[in-house]
Amino acid sequence: MVFLSSARVVLDQADISRAVRRISHEIVENSRGSDDLIILGIPTRGVPLARRIAETVAQIEGHPVPCGAIDVTLYRDDLPLREVRALEPTDIPAQGIDGCTVVLVDDVLYSGRTIRAALDAVHDLGRPAIVRLAVMIDRGHRELPIRPDFIGKNLPTAKDETVRVRFVEVDGVDDVMIDSESVGDADAG
Amino acid sequence: MQMLGKHLLSAGDLDRAQALMILDTTAELATVTERSVKKLPTLRGRTVVNLFFEDSTRTRLSFELAAKRLSADVITFSAKGSSVSKGESLKDTALTLEAMGADAVIVRHGASGAPYRLATAGWIDGSVINAGDGTHEHPTQALLDAYTLRSHICGGQGDLQGVHVVIVGDVLHSRVARSNVLLLHTLGAEVTLVAPPTLIPLGVESWPCSVSYHLDDALMQADAVMMLRVQAERMAGSYFPSTLEYSRLYGLDAPRLELLKDRAIVMHPGPMNRGLEISADVADSSRAVIVEQVANGVNVRMACLYLLLGGAGSQAGGD
Repeated sequence: MVFLSSARVVLDQADISRAVRRISHEIVENSRGSDDLIILGIPTRGVPLARRIAETVAQIEGHPVPCGAIDVTLYRDDLPLREVRALEPTDIPAQGIDGCTVVLVDDVLYSGRTIRAALDAVHDLGRPAIVRLAVMIDRGHRELPIRPDFIGKNLPTAKDETVRVRFVEVDGVDDVMIDSESVGDADAG
Repeated sequence: MQMLGKHLLSAGDLDRAQALMILDTTAELATVTERSVKKLPTLRGRTVVNLFFEDSTRTRLSFELAAKRLSADVITFSAKGSSVSKGESLKDTALTLEAMGADAVIVRHGASGAPYRLATAGWIDGSVINAGDGTHEHPTQALLDAYTLRSHICGGQGDLQGVHVVIVGDVLHSRVARSNVLLLHTLGAEVTLVAPPTLIPLGVESWPCSVSYHLDDALMQADAVMMLRVQAERMAGSYFPSTLEYSRLYGLDAPRLELLKDRAIVMHPGPMNRGLEISADVADSSRAVIVEQVANGVNVRMACLYLLLGGAGSQAGGD
């Protein structure tokens, strides 16, 4: 593992797994054991997190919990500002989301714009009874009136800091790092 | 990541990574077509012009639907009933479209090279997509054919390595054949063209494919057979003695269907001349994926529009 001089680990593997367990218990408590729960991860790192949460909720509840992925690229409001991006898979459980409690899952909540796009994407897929939001890190600096229901860790940051969440499934390692070097610094890569 | 350039003029301009990017994007967009709300906000505020100097049903409707599903504003322009029939030139038509703020122009033209001229002459700023030019190219048809082949033969993933495709019929006048040869070769497929010698274009030996005059031999090795329309409207002279003879030697009928491998598919870009290059019972058989090709066409064109117009590249102007 490469540590940059100014990068520090905020959560390690044990912290992450404790946070997943707590979030899962909160989801169970919040949904009062309802059996129409669907966990949808937002690519890239929301998807493995959603899968872990769904597995943990399934252990607690004793029955499987449907889990999927929802790519929001085509709904983003910054498309004309950036280079075109490749689409990630969208995978919605076969029974659909109508009347269900959908829990959207992402790794980091920042401006809230990704979640706005996700809400639009959910709206086009059906009409869930309730939509909730779970994130591993809430780093603040919201630009839209969006707030998470389940949070792994509140992490107050400055705008020029970078928060990096890594999961074994994608990155080969579980941790959350905060990098205080200003964005665009040549050494950051 | 290597994305598409600004225009889509030739299937030969696409490298393997770009072609796979389009096919993978198509696969994701196909899920949108299956759901009840078949609409995405992705190209809101963009204007797409369908500029059709030649007749078309499938391609024009397909591009129109693709652009609408991505929420672009679509204007469809047919040469018939427009100022083109009063003698307006391609340049003046292009300048008119530019003045109306077109972000993309999808052009079909009887003259080979018209889309290239439109893209490079500096008349318009937007992207140009070739929807068929003369006997030259029809890249989105090749892409939808590649997508159809991949979903039937390769499990919907990766390239077309080792797939054997036989393209039969009026190769001489076929922009579909030319685009397919280039694209399928890029994706690793092996292509055999089968036609009477009079319908094989000059210079075919420089194409990345083999040529045969015997349909029955070629069919036995095929994973897919693509029948081309006999383009009577482009045939000034006589290219074969009679339609009956053509049909006997190069038409796909029920007995010939038996020669194909068990899982081989039958394709046709449409419109079909039933009874000439393909018999009605073959066209309606379970081997034929002709209607599916049309459905895939919408998704492929959505993918092309998204990749060409969905990012900053197209708005930044320049080239």
